[in-house]
Formats: sequence, C-alpha cells, structure tokens
Amino acid sequence: MIPASFDYLRAHSLEEALEQLGAHGEEAKALAGGHSLLPLMKLRLATPRVLVDIGRLAELSYVRQEGDSVAVGALTRHCELARSAVARAQAPLLSRVAAQVGDPQVRHRGTIGGSVAHGDPASDLPAALVALGATLVVVGPSGRRQVPAEGFFRGFLETDLGPDELLVEVRVPAGAGQVSFQKFNLRAQDWAIVAVAAARRPDGRVGVGLANMGSTPLRALAVEEALASGAAPAGAAALAAEGTEPPSDLHADPDYRRHLAQVLTRRALEEVGAG
Amino acid sequence: MRVSIRVNGHPYEHEVEPRLLLVHYLRSVLGLTATNVGCDTTSCGACTVLLDGESVKSCTVLAVQADGREVTTAEGLGSPEQLHPVQAAFREHHGLQCGYCTPGMVMAAVSLLAENPDPTEEEVRLGLEGNLCRCTGYHNIVEAVLAAARDPGVRR
Repeated sequence: MIPASFDYLRAHSLEEALEQLGAHGEEAKALAGGHSLLPLMKLRLATPRVLVDIGRLAELSYVRQEGDSVAVGALTRHCELARSAVARAQAPLLSRVAAQVGDPQVRHRGTIGGSVAHGDPASDLPAALVALGATLVVVGPSGRRQVPAEGFFRGFLETDLGPDELLVEVRVPAGAGQVSFQKFNLRAQDWAIVAVAAARRPDGRVGVGLANMGSTPLRALAVEEALASGAAPAGAAALAAEGTEPPSDLHADPDYRRHLAQVLTRRALEEVGAG
Repeated sequence: MRVSIRVNGHPYEHEVEPRLLLVHYLRSVLGLTATNVGCDTTSCGACTVLLDGESVKSCTVLAVQADGREVTTAEGLGSPEQLHPVQAAFREHHGLQCGYCTPGMVMAAVSLLAENPDPTEEEVRLGLEGNLCRCTGYHNIVEAVLAAARDPGVRR
C-alpha cells in the first residue's frame, strides 16, 4: 500500500511549521512519528496534499517537572515517556500507559502529541490524560492557548485543534499516587477493546478514564463521584458504563464493552486502593 | 526530494518521491531484500530495521524521514562467514520455521538486547510483541534470544 502523492515540507522551527500549516490550511497535515497518520494515508483514508514534517523539532521533546505540573513535549516518543525518570516519579500513569502503547517498534516512533492530535478513542494515552485532568497546550497564529483534555476530544478522530494549529505540550498535575492501567485486547499489540486508566490525583480524588467506550476518550464521572461519596470499588465500578455509547466491531458488541468497562474499572480501582 | 541515508555503514544519496516508504527504498532502490513486507499495516514486524539503532517498522516510515540518519538491515548485521551473535543463536536454536519473519525478528531482538542486555523470558516475549511468526514458532525464537543474551559478543 502506497500513500497518495503529497508535497513534503520539513519544518526547522516551530514558527516555520506554523507558517507552513497556515499557508496550506485544510490541505496540510503535520507529521511527527507518523504512526497514526501514515497508516491512514496508506489506506487512503487520509490524502493530505502537503505534509509538514515537525519530527525534527528537538525542542518539543522533553519531560520535566514545572512547579506542581509535569510538562511533556508533544514530540516525546512513547519509549522516552515510558523510561523518563520524571514521569515515573511524578506522572506514573503516563509512563505506565506509554509502555503499553502498540509494541516496541511503535513506541520508538510514535509520539504523545501525535497520538493525542489523532483523536482515536481507542488510543491509550488520551484515556490517561482524561483520568489525570490534563491540560493540552496548543499554539497557532493567534498565540498560545490551553485546553482541558476533556474538552479537546470532540468526536471520532476529531479534536479541538485547528488546521493552522499545533499541539506542543501536555501538562498533568504532578503526583506520585497509585495508578492503574487495565488494557484488554486479544493480541499483545492490538488496540484496546476497552481500556481503563485510573490515578489517585494529588487532591486525593481518583480519576478514571475509559478508552474505546465511545467516540472520544471518556471520563467515568459517575464512578469518580460514587467514590468521592464513599462507595466501595465494586459499587463504584458498576457505574463505569453509565452514559456511554460504546462502539460495535469485530471484537465486541456494546454490551460486552459495557461489561468489560465495569470489570476493568473494578480492577483498576482495587489497584489504586480506592474506596 | 534528495535524501542521504547511511545504510549498513554505506552512505547513499537518491532523489526519492516523498511518499516512498523506507521498506521500498531498501528493497527496490538499494536492492536489499532481507527486509520483508508482511502485513504492510504496522502489525507483523517482518519489515523491522534499526533506525539510529532502534527497531522500527519500515513499512510505516517514509524514506524522507530517514534522511540524514543511519539504517541497519539484516544484511548489515553479519555475513554468512561471520554471523552476528543473534543470527548465530537463531541458527543454533532453530529460531525459525518458514523464515519469513526471521529478519524482522532478528532486528527486533538486536534492538531489545541493546536496551535490555539481560532480559528474562517474559521480557523477551514482551519485547518481541511487535513481531508475528505465522508458523507460531515462538518457543525457539525466545530460546534463541535468551541464548544470544548470554553471548558476550552481543553487547558489542
């Protein structure tokens, strides 16, 4: 499978990347590691006329603590996030989840920014970002703005990102609390049929994010509220599928996904010591 | 676009279409056919090569993304007279059946051992999760990687 033809532009700075994206509008796509975009292009589900390669902007690759946040540059690869000492100590859900994205080859190329900007509800990291109450930093022609992770994901492969904007950073509250990532799939490298990410946040509240339970990554608010009101893990987990409209595909129908969400949420809550 | 890519230690320069995939650059432009195309969908790992020393699936990398970088294929590991320790271990432990996945498995194993020189059996199995053997010959593949890890030559 060969992608449709496109013009290739390589950005040497963030400013240049924004100029190139701005000049080509909806016809351009930003290319980072390419592990979400290139498979779509090979299937001709995406046929951008222009690719702006931002993959060499080294200044967008970092994991660092800034006050009470951990800041992750958008071009940080999954393998780097998985082994980052800062992430392991202060954002352990991110390192735990990054270590389970795809397989080693995918983790050597794929970036957190690419995964998030792609907006696939079955992806692992977006569910973790929702669970953590992450903030996404976006730059565009009118400057820099911050978007809460929950508001960023608009629909299936749809995000709040404009065609002339770039996601440059992911910020999560720093904290060493217990975390859990429960990913259910049939083959090691597959997308999650359902996944649940949970973390005890610095304020003591447990955040829970669901992957592949709807057209966007979802926060399991009913579970979080039940826990906050004193429910035990099993009782809270029973609410995991509340308000969701899970997809149906070759692997699972919606009822099976609802069941998985409850079971995986209970396991996740037990691992983080909730309730 | 003009690219300069170092492959197995040799510098190459070519004018390529931006949509040319690295695996096709290796196979069709350079004639290095050890790297196989299997699923063509980033799943099976048959096309695994090293990019700056790290395993990647070359069906999901553009040749232009490898511009200025170093690629290693199975041809660059050893020679029939002097096999790389991972290749030697695959032969010794019969870590193959039909052989189609083997170049990718070997490259994934080299990358795995570079990151984790002394893996447990479970770490080897997890480390090879991106490579599928259509013969299901995983047992001897894992044995071969564990044996290679015990070979001091692999850490060179």
